[in-house]
Amino acid sequence: MQKKVGTAEKNSFLSAIIRKQIFIPIAALIILAIFNFIVDPSFFKITLGHNSEGDPVLSGNLISIIDYGSELAILAIGMTLVTAASRGQDISVGAAIAISGSVVLRVLCGTNSHPETLQAPIIAAFLVSCLVAMAFGAFNGALVSVFKIQPMVATLILFTAGRSIAAWINNNELPVVSDRTFTYFGGYIPGIPIPTPFFIAILCFILTWLALKFTNLGLYVQSVGINEKTSRLNGLNPALIKFVTYVILGLCVAVAGFIKVSRLSTINYSVVAKDIEMDAILAVALGGNSLSGGKFNIYASILGAYVIQFLTTTLYKFQVQADALPAYKAVVVIALVILSAPIVREKLAAFFKKLRSPEKAESKA
Amino acid sequence: MQEKSLLEMRGIYKSFPGVKALRNVDFTLRGGEIHALMGENGAGKSTLIKVLTGVHIKDSGDIFIKGQNGPVQIHSPQEAQNLGISTVYQEISLCPNLSVAENIFLGRGKSRLVNWRSMNKKAGELLDSLGIAVKPTQQLASCSIAVQQMVAIARAVDMECSVLILDEPTSSLDESEVAKLFKLMRQLKERGVGIIFVTHFLDQVYEVCDSITVLRDGQLVGEYEIEKLPRVQLVSKMLGKELDDMADIKNDIPTFSDKDKSFVYEAEGLCSSEGIKPFNFNIRKGEVNGFTGLLGSGRSECVRAIFGADKVTGGKVKVNGKEVKISKPIDAMKNGIAYLPEDRKRDGIVGDLSVKDNIILALQVKKGFFKPFSKAEAVKFAEEYIKLLDIKTASVNTPIKSLSGGNQQKVILGRWLLTNPEYLILDEPTRGIDVGTKVDIQKLVLKLASEGMSITFISSETDEMLRTCSRLLVMRDRKLVGELTGDELTQNTIMNTIAGGDR
Amino acid sequence: MKMKKILAMAASTILCGAMFAGCGETSSSSNKTDTTTAPKATDADTPKSDDNKSGSLIKVGIINNDPNESGYRTANVNDLKATFTKENGFDASFAYSLKNEEQINAAQKFIQDEVDYLLLSAADTAGWDSVLKDAKDAGVRVILFDRTIDADESLYDASIVSDMDKEGEQAVDWLKSQDLKAYDIIHLQGVMGSAAQKGRSKALDDTAKELGWNIVTQQTAEWNAEKAQQIVQAAIDANKEFNVIYAENDDMAKGAVAALDRANISHGVDKDVVVIGFDCNKWALKELKAGNWNYDGQCNPFQSSYILDIIDKLEKGETLSDKKIVMDEKGFDAKTITDADVEQYGI
Repeated sequence: MQKKVGTAEKNSFLSAIIRKQIFIPIAALIILAIFNFIVDPSFFKITLGHNSEGDPVLSGNLISIIDYGSELAILAIGMTLVTAASRGQDISVGAAIAISGSVVLRVLCGTNSHPETLQAPIIAAFLVSCLVAMAFGAFNGALVSVFKIQPMVATLILFTAGRSIAAWINNNELPVVSDRTFTYFGGYIPGIPIPTPFFIAILCFILTWLALKFTNLGLYVQSVGINEKTSRLNGLNPALIKFVTYVILGLCVAVAGFIKVSRLSTINYSVVAKDIEMDAILAVALGGNSLSGGKFNIYASILGAYVIQFLTTTLYKFQVQADALPAYKAVVVIALVILSAPIVREKLAAFFKKLRSPEKAESKA
Repeated sequence: MQEKSLLEMRGIYKSFPGVKALRNVDFTLRGGEIHALMGENGAGKSTLIKVLTGVHIKDSGDIFIKGQNGPVQIHSPQEAQNLGISTVYQEISLCPNLSVAENIFLGRGKSRLVNWRSMNKKAGELLDSLGIAVKPTQQLASCSIAVQQMVAIARAVDMECSVLILDEPTSSLDESEVAKLFKLMRQLKERGVGIIFVTHFLDQVYEVCDSITVLRDGQLVGEYEIEKLPRVQLVSKMLGKELDDMADIKNDIPTFSDKDKSFVYEAEGLCSSEGIKPFNFNIRKGEVNGFTGLLGSGRSECVRAIFGADKVTGGKVKVNGKEVKISKPIDAMKNGIAYLPEDRKRDGIVGDLSVKDNIILALQVKKGFFKPFSKAEAVKFAEEYIKLLDIKTASVNTPIKSLSGGNQQKVILGRWLLTNPEYLILDEPTRGIDVGTKVDIQKLVLKLASEGMSITFISSETDEMLRTCSRLLVMRDRKLVGELTGDELTQNTIMNTIAGGDR
Repeated sequence: MKMKKILAMAASTILCGAMFAGCGETSSSSNKTDTTTAPKATDADTPKSDDNKSGSLIKVGIINNDPNESGYRTANVNDLKATFTKENGFDASFAYSLKNEEQINAAQKFIQDEVDYLLLSAADTAGWDSVLKDAKDAGVRVILFDRTIDADESLYDASIVSDMDKEGEQAVDWLKSQDLKAYDIIHLQGVMGSAAQKGRSKALDDTAKELGWNIVTQQTAEWNAEKAQQIVQAAIDANKEFNVIYAENDDMAKGAVAALDRANISHGVDKDVVVIGFDCNKWALKELKAGNWNYDGQCNPFQSSYILDIIDKLEKGETLSDKKIVMDEKGFDAKTITDADVEQYGI
């Protein structure tokens, strides 16, 4: 008797978990981890070594994931908000990263593209790039909220023009920063063996958590995304709220762009953050968020971003043949997206419930 | 079939899952007649029109059309058109980026080649003959709404229709445009076309129609010649209250006699983008008043203007004697005004959010972006109102969309009560909810008023208003036409005022 | 008709002007010549354009890809702009696009404007037949540079190309000559299917098969430094032994080096890992000069001297021995590269 109650509880607990939004990215992470563990447990090995400067660094696939997944996770925060409020996606984030990265280098290098010393403090470069990226975010936001253009169409403008603008900011040259402190943000701070991008990402998550806890951002964005008319009648200004989400995404873009240029101390306008907008949208979808707006869970999107990076690292690790790489990625993504479809989740939950009934029958017999 | 009839519908039944939309409805249209089809919301007007135009297929009954042998079956709008039945809807279904002539002849050419010159010439002749002042080559979008509507009618006429259905054609027209449309309708009548005219405007019915068919709750109330049906009778038939039984309902509402209580809200010459005529309005502390009138008379638009829900285009507003500017909902909320909207689904609920979030929404917005309630506070508020209003919900975290209509309404009521308003506007709070909840809400209104809250109450059901309101403002054709208090608050006087005119 | 022509010319002038505005200060001098000469050409009636042919200015229309496409393209565009100037006896108009249709439109405009030479770097190999026929009928000489097209040879006068196979072979020959004890290679490929990727991969694949070199990892990083870094990082994390990085462009080599630095693996001249890149970016040649990399193969963007040579011959009425002209391309060894090389060949 006792046991029966136990299993029943466990099963309903399972089906409750399956209905939870954050279940999808967690399940995906677990599946990927189990797969790697079975095929090659050394995947999870982390070793402490030294880099060429003699500073301690940790390395291993897991470190690579939390390192290279940072930009995507930061973008996922803003993309989730934009998706929820404006019921559409910003496809210009990759181009916007090129712009903000270009601005960082422009400020640091001045007019000389290969200066021996920094022409401005790094913090100033970062702040200027934040302002520029937020201005471009505001441009997209204004098109969407004031002129009521569909988000994808509105952001198509920057998507098309962004990389040319980025190149123009630096006169089409490829500046290289030789100062070592600049590499700390995309690499390691001497003495700390964990990659800095991860700390920056954590900082962003904490800020997001604080913003959601100590402001009404979540409530406002969700009500506007679900029912704009009601929101207005309850005293909200839907246009302003949509606009603000685009500006926030602009800020996320600036942080991601800063990490990107810091990783290599230079930029390549045509390939930097290429296709990252699609990955960011995918992260939102993998987080179980509806791409047509409304309710959202930012933490699920962030996990979704790490799922994508986990997948990429896994594919690199197993040296999937170059031509087949996109195909493998597509298959896994399709599987994850299907798993995240509400219908499938309902079916799964029902399946677990069914599992319970034969057990009942058994115990009766 | 009678000799003069163009169209006869006999014993039409139509039901949708859970609703009997039409039960044994007869309808007759004669040639050269403008026939009004009247009824309140849900009476079955639009279903009847849709059966006639082939949008819905009738369950049973017969339709006869002049010139056809035996009953006809109409399965699609195309078939209806072939039988000479044309419809002009409220929203114009033409192509705004094409020219007037193209719109008239669109999709009707027998050959693939178009002779533009002859098409424009023919269109010009047609428009001239109907007295529509527009060039055939003009782009439709550049014409006024009225002209667009007339072009739609011209198109219908040219398709040799004998039955023309005009579904609420006047709701977006101004007076002079309405006059032009009526002129055109009279011309068509002389040509022997039968026109079915659906409208909410009583004055227009009496101006242009020859006979009236009234529907109520999916059933035929009767067909009348216009001369033989005074306005008051029409209103009583639409509302389903015989004049005589109404006289003896003695209203036992608390009469509000406290004339020295101060005004909570005053408006002078208020008007909005929704086309209501400037009106004056005020309400005292603890008073319950209401706007009444037929559907579309502008009663909702009035309260929306008070709350700033529509764009306010003029007028002076005072709250507690102090002049204030209310141009958007947040202004009204800050001045202690709350508004429960008419369309719960569209304007009231935030479907995917929980009951808790829906309850705290308005107060939260009023409090400010940087001061969110803690989870414990929010749950406390939600539980308080779930208990107070007896809301049936699994938990505070249940999405509001999974609640029944009545419970959704209570949640929204709770949302506004939580803001502790001085002045509460309830627009159709009892529509579409069960009887028990209706009574609860009425009782609550009286209780709140006795505690000093001012309330404006709107309902399509006059007895509800009589039970709660001590003063009624009567609307007709988007105009405030009367104010009833004390002994005047009877069904008879209300209906007389709604009907207006001399009859 | 004439009106239309003038309008078209004006439009293309504005277009070119807008393009130049995007290129910033470096191009301002040629920008001026361009905008001032173009309207003159518009005013020119037939006798005057005859004048042109008799020797004053040679009119050329240059169609190229977007200068922002890559560092290679930027260098290429700057080289052409510096060469085809008024001082050198040219009246040049430029059109840039990454889209084939827009390029074809530009070509038609140039033909209408009666240019003497049409210089073309096509975005796409297909779709050029009819417009090149028009050019031929109008007596416009066509010179292809940088990229070939799928059209009959009779439709153009010359084609100047980079031989990607040869670039790869040069690099692999150099690697062979290093006589390493073992060859364990990480091969970072460009975007799969591009001409540069095919040529550069083929040379390595063939030689590796022939000499039994061990390809430890072969993966596309899509010309992207960060992806290259991740791939090399994954190889290091998997404890793979390797001593050569063969990256098909400089960016990917840079990414790979970043991963090596992080793992404290030495690289460059006389170090543990040999680093090979391509494209000869100036910053890459500096790395080479500093001994951090070992070899960089050139993909020559400086085609204007070849074009000048051809135009010279054609103007003199000489015939070309071969329509296909393969450019000379260098490979630089870290041990022998000089500062002068860095300045001259760095892009």
